[in-house]
Order: sequence, then structure tokens, then C-alpha cells
Amino acid sequence: MSVDIKTTARSQVTFRAIAAHAILITYTLIALFPVFVIVINSFKSRKAIFREPLSVPTPETFSLKGYETVLKQGDFVLYFQNSLVVTVASLTMVLLFGAMAAFALSEYRFRGNLLTGLYLAIGIMIPIRLGTVAILEMMVASGLVNTLTALILVYTAQGLPLAIFILTEFMQGISDDLKNAGRIDGLSEYTIFGVLVLPLIRPALATVAVFTMIPIWNDLWFPLILAPAEETKTITLGAQVFIGQFVTDWNAVLASLSLAIIPVLVLYLIFSRQLIKGITAGAVK
Amino acid sequence: MQKPISKPPIRWHIPVFLAPAFIIYTAIMVIPLLGTIQLSLFSDIDGEQVFVGLANFKTLLGDPRWAQQFWNALVNNTWFFIVHMLVQNPIGILLAALLSSNKLRMKAFYRTSIFIPTILSFVIVGFAWKLILSPIWGVAPSMLDAVGLKSLFAPWLGKEEYALTTLALISVWQFVGIPMMLIYAAMLSIPDEILEAAECDGITGISQFWKVKLPLILPSIGIISILTFVGNFNAFDLIYSVQGALAGPNFATDVLGTFMFRTFFGFQLQLGDPNMGSAIASIMFVIILIGVSIYLFGIQTRLRRYQF
Repeated sequence: MSVDIKTTARSQVTFRAIAAHAILITYTLIALFPVFVIVINSFKSRKAIFREPLSVPTPETFSLKGYETVLKQGDFVLYFQNSLVVTVASLTMVLLFGAMAAFALSEYRFRGNLLTGLYLAIGIMIPIRLGTVAILEMMVASGLVNTLTALILVYTAQGLPLAIFILTEFMQGISDDLKNAGRIDGLSEYTIFGVLVLPLIRPALATVAVFTMIPIWNDLWFPLILAPAEETKTITLGAQVFIGQFVTDWNAVLASLSLAIIPVLVLYLIFSRQLIKGITAGAVK
Repeated sequence: MQKPISKPPIRWHIPVFLAPAFIIYTAIMVIPLLGTIQLSLFSDIDGEQVFVGLANFKTLLGDPRWAQQFWNALVNNTWFFIVHMLVQNPIGILLAALLSSNKLRMKAFYRTSIFIPTILSFVIVGFAWKLILSPIWGVAPSMLDAVGLKSLFAPWLGKEEYALTTLALISVWQFVGIPMMLIYAAMLSIPDEILEAAECDGITGISQFWKVKLPLILPSIGIISILTFVGNFNAFDLIYSVQGALAGPNFATDVLGTFMFRTFFGFQLQLGDPNMGSAIASIMFVIILIGVSIYLFGIQTRLRRYQF
């Protein structure tokens, strides 16, 4: 009798596990399928792209024609470099300035502390894009249109509110003993921040970095409006324009899409453990 | 003799720490936002900026040519949001619930894969789906054919009645990872003792989800709803990269973002108008502000939070 109950319970559990896996696998396929189709077809000849869109490239259908066209035509190296400069520079500024502000807000009691925190947090909810018209006017007035500086400034402003918010929460959790020990040893507040606190918040910085980096790298709006010139195009804008011109050259379109996917994908796979740790850290603490 | 109590020295390091973030944020974000609202109250008359009060808003809501476009964009935008709320967030919650069950294997693999679309740029996502749904290439029709549903195929992105929903679903596909991750994190924070207590009372599986987990993750559902709202009423990139600034076919996929872009920069024969563009941005600002206020004052304060 009792054996019977046990086996039904166990089979119920197995059934549930199978159902869960089935749903998750189905959704994983849905998530990966478009990426997969694009990448495999970018390595095929034009004929094969149309005749057998769902099969992997074979020795007969293998072709790199699309990649040749893309690398010959576009200034992708330059675009890539622009994106890299913009992303790295704004990321550095967001992390450094964000951490400094978060330190001031979490460490010291002063008049206006709460108000400053609230003021800086408004930007989490209100998208910076709504100020585009005035931002463009300002950039025109200061001669920054079509410079990477304009993009870096905008992205820094865009990233700061969330960064300050997350880092403030995190810094409140650091014990005071360490900092006070530093003060007794005569360290300046700047040294305490730079040498004692910054290394401790590295995991939080990594999380903020990932959250800040993805929208900057993928943004189309501000490059299109503030820096559409050939020499300042980012890779996202470059791909948009390039694909627009080559709509009929399927090899080139598929190859350029694959080229745009791969760098982000590699970065993501490197950072993904950190990202997931960061997201769940708030929960597990 | 007692020394007079001297004032504490000004702690200069506080302004030094705050200054860079404060200055950049104020100069690049806050002032332009206010500047945009200010611009929306002016109009260009014979090359000069003249204060016109709320006249731009009157034109936008009253002049049939503008009003028709504006309401079209607003209705489309609302539908775009509804699709996200009905499809993206429930799927995200479902996936998170499945992922958070204890004994499941390959969790990291599922999580990583399902989050991949979220990291891709709109340009990639837009073109990839455009190619897949294209009747010329025929990936979608031949797949439907394989399951005997070929008759269901239509050039979804090219038909007025389907285009917006199709785009919304593409966007859902891209962003489902975000609710999944946030809810997943919330579910991990539920202490094991509570779940064990529920199991002792015989509440397991699906009923455990409804009766125990769901009430505990309601605050997170509130957060993803407001994030979805802000993101959707600010949407532009996906629609621009798939359908262009004209948000075709016949403005069927026009949302406030594309409408503002077109108005600001002009298109085809119409000249760009920064003042009207600012007026649209100001209305978007008000819409987002209303949404956020409803959330902060109406919903968030009423949600019961549990302290573990």
C-alpha cells in the first residue's frame, strides 16, 4: 500500500520535471531559432539560402561571399572602433562618477542628502530621449554634433541614475568598522573610497556595467540624431544603414547581421555568470 | 577660559564626490527635459521663436491632420503595451517559475539562452525577423507547411491589420528575458522554510505557485509592469528598423516615438518642426509621469511586502 503511494508520488514528480523541461526547451528553441537561421545561412551560397533555408551549410553550399562583400564595402572596422570608444568611455564615467555619488549619499549625513538622492533617481523612470530636441540644440550650439563626445556625454547621463541607485543600496551594506579603521590610520576620505570601498563593491560594479553597456551598444536613436556622420557612425547605426542599402544582396545582409551578433554574444557569454549573480545577489543577500 | 565652539569644517569631499554625476546629469538630462517642455510652448514664426502658450498642443489635439496622427500613434502605442502585458510578462513569470524549482537541471543553460535575444540590438532583431517572416525567403511559410498550417501564413509585417501585433510580438520575443530574470530573482529570495511549510501542508506544484509564491512576488510583478510601461511608451528603435520612419504600412505601426521622430526631423515633403516635436515629447513625458505616479502612489503603496 505505502509502496504504491510512493511510486505514484515519484512518477508525479518525474512527470512534472519532464513537463518543465519540455516547456523550457520549447522556449529556448524559440529564443535561439532566429539567431541560428541567420548565422547558418550567412555561410551559404545564394542559391542554397533560398532553396534550403533551414539546413546547415554543407561543403557544396558553403560560401563566404557575403562576408567578402561586407568587409570590402563597409567601414565596419571604423564603426566597431567608434562603438567601442563610446561604450568604454561612457561606461567608465558612469561607474566612476556613479560610485563617487553613491559613496557620498550612503556614507555621509548632510543636509539635502535624501533630496539629492531622489533628484538623481528621477532619471530611472523618465527616459532621456524625451529631451532629445533640446539636447540636439545644445550640441549644435557647443559644436559637438557629429562627435563621439556628444554620445559619451548623453550615455553617461543616461546611465548614472540607475548606477547611483544600485550602488547606493550596495554600499549601505559595507561595514563601518573597516572605514573607521582607515580613518583612525589617518587615511583621507578619497583614499578610503578608492582603496577600501571600490574593491569591495566590484560585484555590484560588474552588474551595473552589464546593465549600462547593453543599451549603449545597441542604441540607434542618439547615433542617428547626434552623430550620423560617416566617421562617427556606431556599429548599430552602420549596420542599419548598410543593410538598408543591400536589401537585395542576401548574402551580404546575412553576413553583416552575423557580424553584428557575434561580438555582443561573445561579451554576453563572458559576462553572463556575473550578470546572473548580480541580478540574484540582491535576492540572496 | 573656554574656547568658543568652532563651527565644524566644511566637508569638501562631499561636494567633490557628488559634483561630476550631479553636473552631467543636470546638464545633459534635466535641463534638456525642461528645455523640451519650454520649446513646446514656442513656435517658429518667420524664423523667430515666439511664445505661443499651449497653441502647439491645441494644434496637436485639435487640428484634424495632427489629431488623427496623434490618436493613431497613441492607440497603437497602447495596444503595443497591452500585448506586452498579456504575453511577455505571463511568459516571463512562467519561465521563472519553472526555472526556480529546486531539482531542475540545466538551469544555467536555459537562463543564458532565453536571455540572448535581450542583448541583441533592435537592428539585428528587426532584420532577422523581417527576413524570417518574408514571403520571398519563405522560412516561416515552409515551417508552417511542415505542420500543415501553410494556409495560415500571411505577409504579417506588410498587412495593416497584423503589422503592429507582429511587431509587438517580436518585441516580446526580444525582451521576455527581463521579466524572467527579475521574477526569478524574486522567487529565489523566498525562504525555503516557507516552501517546506507549504509542502508539509500538502501544498505543492501548481497550487503552491498560486497560493504561496505568487502573492510573495507581487511587488516584483509591479516593478516589471512599470518598466514595461515606460519602455513601451518610449519605443522607437524596433519599429524604425523594421518599418522605417513612416511606420508603414499606412502608419499602422506608428507609435509616439516614431511620430515624434518624424515630426521633429521631417520626412518626404514635410519639413521638420522642433516645436511640434517638443510638444509630442512633452505629452509623452506627461503620459509616463502619470503611469509612474499611478504605480508609485496607487499600486506600490498598497502591495503588501513580506519581511523574511
